[in-house]
Amino acid sequence: MTTTTSTTATGATAHPRTSPPADAPPPRRRLPFSAWHLLLAPLALLFALPLVWLVLSSVMSNAEINRFPPALWPSGIHLGGYRYVLGNAMFPRWFLNSLIVSASAVVSNLVLGSLGGYAFARMRFGGSRALLFLMLATMAVPFQLTMIPTFLVMKRLGLIDSLGALIVPSLVTPFAVFLLRQFFLSLPRELEEAAWIDGCSRLRVLFRIVVPLSKPALSTVAVLTFLTTWNDLTWPLIAINHDTQYTLQLGLTTFQGQHHTQWAAVMAGNVITVLPVMLAFLGAQKSFIQSITSSGLKG
Amino acid sequence: MSSLPAPFTLSDHERQLRERRRGRRRESATAWGFVLPSVLVILGLSVVPVIWSLLLSFQADDLVTPSRWVGFDNYRALTEDPHFSQAVGNTLLYTVLYVPLSMVLGLALALVLNRRIRLVGLYRTLIFVPFIISETAQGVLFSFILDPQFGAANSVLHKLGLHSQGFLSDPGQALPVLVVISLWSGTGFCVMIYLAALQDVPQPLIEAAKLDGAGRWHLLRHVVLPTLTPVSVFLVMWQTLNALQVFDLVYVTTKGGPLGSTTLIVYFIWQQAFQNFTAGYGASAAYILALALLVFGGAMRLARRRTSAEGAAR
Repeated sequence: MTTTTSTTATGATAHPRTSPPADAPPPRRRLPFSAWHLLLAPLALLFALPLVWLVLSSVMSNAEINRFPPALWPSGIHLGGYRYVLGNAMFPRWFLNSLIVSASAVVSNLVLGSLGGYAFARMRFGGSRALLFLMLATMAVPFQLTMIPTFLVMKRLGLIDSLGALIVPSLVTPFAVFLLRQFFLSLPRELEEAAWIDGCSRLRVLFRIVVPLSKPALSTVAVLTFLTTWNDLTWPLIAINHDTQYTLQLGLTTFQGQHHTQWAAVMAGNVITVLPVMLAFLGAQKSFIQSITSSGLKG
Repeated sequence: MSSLPAPFTLSDHERQLRERRRGRRRESATAWGFVLPSVLVILGLSVVPVIWSLLLSFQADDLVTPSRWVGFDNYRALTEDPHFSQAVGNTLLYTVLYVPLSMVLGLALALVLNRRIRLVGLYRTLIFVPFIISETAQGVLFSFILDPQFGAANSVLHKLGLHSQGFLSDPGQALPVLVVISLWSGTGFCVMIYLAALQDVPQPLIEAAKLDGAGRWHLLRHVVLPTLTPVSVFLVMWQTLNALQVFDLVYVTTKGGPLGSTTLIVYFIWQQAFQNFTAGYGASAAYILALALLVFGGAMRLARRRTSAEGAAR
């Protein structure tokens, strides 16, 4: 049973900007049953069903999956799929690779994005306007146009088939620089100026004063960087040949072909691939949705 | 004698100037130090490749041996390549199905989820969660669910006494099925964007319209929808750009098949460059896609400017 207060509380997670309407009914009154549930409940179920099925099939026994028609509900929790996947020498390695690539992308986007964004927001240097414009313009360049030459660049750098080929292109995005610049511009100058006049270096001002004030913008960059690098398949597919360097997403695609009778194992692998993003989402739902809607609306 | 103080102040002034200039130069150096890593990565991996890609598109290149200049041959060949025109056709069909459906569905759901209903937060979460799942994971999941033999979908159809379907293995169904999978994951994004925008519909406007006796439909038609126009324009642009660039889902589920029915344009580019090793040919196809995106993006930007100007006038 949900009371009105808790409904508005959950509503507020998706809508940080919502303020309760002035004519809101007294908070203690329970919302009446709405006919909309008859529409919403089946629809929401439809959206949830594939994910429910993902988890259910990952704990089915092979016999249950392979019979026709397949079982719709597991007879018990069979962890054979998980045991198979985690016992496979490659899978934990792919997980680690994905983690290394995503973590370095997040950290370097925060650091390099802050440095670049701060210089564009607060410092004067020759050509800064033109440079900023050029950086912004690159956001309009589709990845498909650059992927072939990027492959050739990485090849010349000798990085193809190593995690370096995955890390270097995601070190910093124009999005991170631009978003942080916009946020820094909105901060009051006075705090920085005082420290600066007291003899603080720019670097100190940035990391001691500006960065601690910029948590919302930094978390937006972190969330979106993690989401895109963790979920990417196209670039790893192009840049990596040897399976010791695979990311999870790439590993998953080969897994499907190789073990195609072992659907339980494939689904277990899929659950493990989805899990980090899901946990990040459930843990920080509010800032997650905020970052996606705000970056979208301003984009 | 009286001229003595003058040089002093002058040199003082000069020193100040010089110091300020030096300070500015130092600031400029620091600033360049700050932006240099970003500039190197971003421009090095976009401006250089954009030019390189253009040059490549005029060459025959297999990614290994030195390339050969062929002028417009790649582009000419594209116009005669039935696989390319099929890929363009598939991509347009996919976009024309996906974009309006995701937006209409998203708007309808957002309007309902904007009401004060119990459990609304749970509904929102359930509808949004598929959006954060990678196309790879979606692809693997749905190839299992829709597997003609082992899939849950046919199992359910069987229980309902209906015929089994081929889904992704049926050339006539594969593309629409891909659209449905994309709708499953992409509608949540439209819902969230519309929900955020609905918060900005001015409350006094709604109350004024209500006082004037506007019904629900009139309220939606004349008050809510017009304020949502800029967001809708944004979503058309965003969803279209994404639809034109779908790759991962195709790679995981159908590999462009059956019979080329799901070869979308990015898959075609990837195939040419990294499977057939005709990188120049792939680059020319990529350039055509990029130009199409640029033209579309420019058109939408114009539309957006017009709607925001109208909004300001109102």
